[in-house]
Amino acid sequence: MGFRHTLRNLMRVRLAKFAAVVLGVTLVAAVFAPWLAPHDPTKAKPWDSLRPPSATYWLGADRLGRDQLSRLIYGARVSLLIGVGGVGIAVLLGMSIGVTAGWYRGVCDELLMRVMDGLSAFPALLLALSLVAIVGGTVLNIILVVGIVGTPWVARVIRSQVLSLREREFIVAVRGLGAKPGRIMLKHLLPNCLAPVIVQASLAVAAAILLEAALSFLGVGVKPPTPTWGGMLRHAFETVSQAPWLTVSPGVMIFLVVLAFNFFGDALRDVLDPKLRGTR
Amino acid sequence: MQKYFVRRLLNMIPTLLLVSLGVFALVRWLPSDPARLLAGVDESGAVDPVLYAKIKKDLGFDQPVLVQYISWLGGIVSGNWGKSYLSGMEVFPQIVHRLHFTVQLGLVSWLLGVIVGISLGTVSAVRRNSPIDIAVTTFAISGVAIPHFWLGMMLIVVFAVWLGWLPYGGFNASLFTSPLLWMQQMLLPTFVLGTGLAAILMRQTRAALLEVFREPYVLTARAKGLKESRVIWGHAMKNSLLPVVTIASLQFGTLIGGTVVTETVFTLPGVGKFIIDAVLRRDYLVVQMGLLVLTVAVMLSNFVADVLYTYLDPRIRYD
Repeated sequence: MGFRHTLRNLMRVRLAKFAAVVLGVTLVAAVFAPWLAPHDPTKAKPWDSLRPPSATYWLGADRLGRDQLSRLIYGARVSLLIGVGGVGIAVLLGMSIGVTAGWYRGVCDELLMRVMDGLSAFPALLLALSLVAIVGGTVLNIILVVGIVGTPWVARVIRSQVLSLREREFIVAVRGLGAKPGRIMLKHLLPNCLAPVIVQASLAVAAAILLEAALSFLGVGVKPPTPTWGGMLRHAFETVSQAPWLTVSPGVMIFLVVLAFNFFGDALRDVLDPKLRGTR
Repeated sequence: MQKYFVRRLLNMIPTLLLVSLGVFALVRWLPSDPARLLAGVDESGAVDPVLYAKIKKDLGFDQPVLVQYISWLGGIVSGNWGKSYLSGMEVFPQIVHRLHFTVQLGLVSWLLGVIVGISLGTVSAVRRNSPIDIAVTTFAISGVAIPHFWLGMMLIVVFAVWLGWLPYGGFNASLFTSPLLWMQQMLLPTFVLGTGLAAILMRQTRAALLEVFREPYVLTARAKGLKESRVIWGHAMKNSLLPVVTIASLQFGTLIGGTVVTETVFTLPGVGKFIIDAVLRRDYLVVQMGLLVLTVAVMLSNFVADVLYTYLDPRIRYD
């Protein structure tokens, strides 16, 4: 048992290291894209259309002759921005709704949670693509849509935490001291229900990045010529029989980043919530 | 049991109403006015006011919003879903026709995912820490992180572009008249759609079995000298499968949602592809009804999952 247990722990640490490396490299690529990219990611050079990988174009050039590597580097910006931004919005909205519902209970709770039920009854991708189809595919709009789609789960997690916290002695004590509801919610309730939300949030970033990629692939994501990994795959898929290599790199990047966020979330859970250690 | 069943069914009504209100509002809040679209514009860019007013009246847009919503709901129940603003075709028969395919794809993928997921999860729990376990766990972790449409693309590159064994996509076969062709055309899409489910179920089955293996009654079963296969099948499996079955049935909804992407990659004639095409053409009535149909399908499958769960677990009694 001892050896296997250690092996398992080592595996976990190794996975966390892998996650740190992948996310670090992606973040650097996203932040320093203009300095790292060897070519202009949006400049079309028709004479270089569908060039295979070479010294000039390390990963080849797409149908319009744009450098695949440069587009991949710039694409990291959109993926991270929408993943982190969207989940940020979901956490903000979900926390406000969850705390309000859990604290006031009664009609307010019933009403808010019914709306959350309605929202989560829609399949996420379908809801997102219908909303984006209406509001239009800008980065900001997609961040908002991803945020709205993710709101119900944050609201539920927070609400259930608040429902049990509000009966605890320290909250009863603060109430007895005459603290106003706003103060209780912000200073006492929220900090105490953050841990599960942080863990879930890093897993949700992975889901958000997959969602954005799927939207862009379906043609309802961020409008071209902005490079996105999903959009690059859509573009590459049109010429799959002439240039199959173009379909590889964006997919690998999405896969690695999503995997890294999943590992990161698991590692965070181990750190923040020792009770759950090793259950998944 | 029956009481719970009815109550759960009644509980669905407010959510259903909310969903329908959301879908109704989605199209009503559109920046583009369908009546204006239908009336068209003349050379100067103006709309003929008489024609515009007539179309508005025909569509019922001149009435209060609440009346419009109620008559829209009534129309849905009676199968009168309206005509596409662009093609002028009735929406109802078109969606029903395509639903036939999507349900077929969803069911086959679901079955594949359940069979593969549960059996591999069992093997990996029984042979814990063996090479098989490590391979299965790796597959399970990657299966959740891989974008479905990319997996589909890679399979097309390998099996259609390079090897030429399978078609790029499309679907025109029938299980009964051309079973071989049907299998050829269904293989890749169901693989793609089933992978995610299989990955989730592998993890769940493995975790649930490992937990049950620690229970005293399993120890007892082993101590009294039962064969290992009897311990696993007769004692451990029954108790560990309960959460797995629940997750499997709840995942049917996610699977139906995922058909949109898979049908697009493989150009399959389902509701998902129909919705995406409508989104790209800005045919909002079709988007609206497609969204409603798939959402209700997901809600119904979740309801069945819930009922199944209470039926399977004798410890749970809701009345």
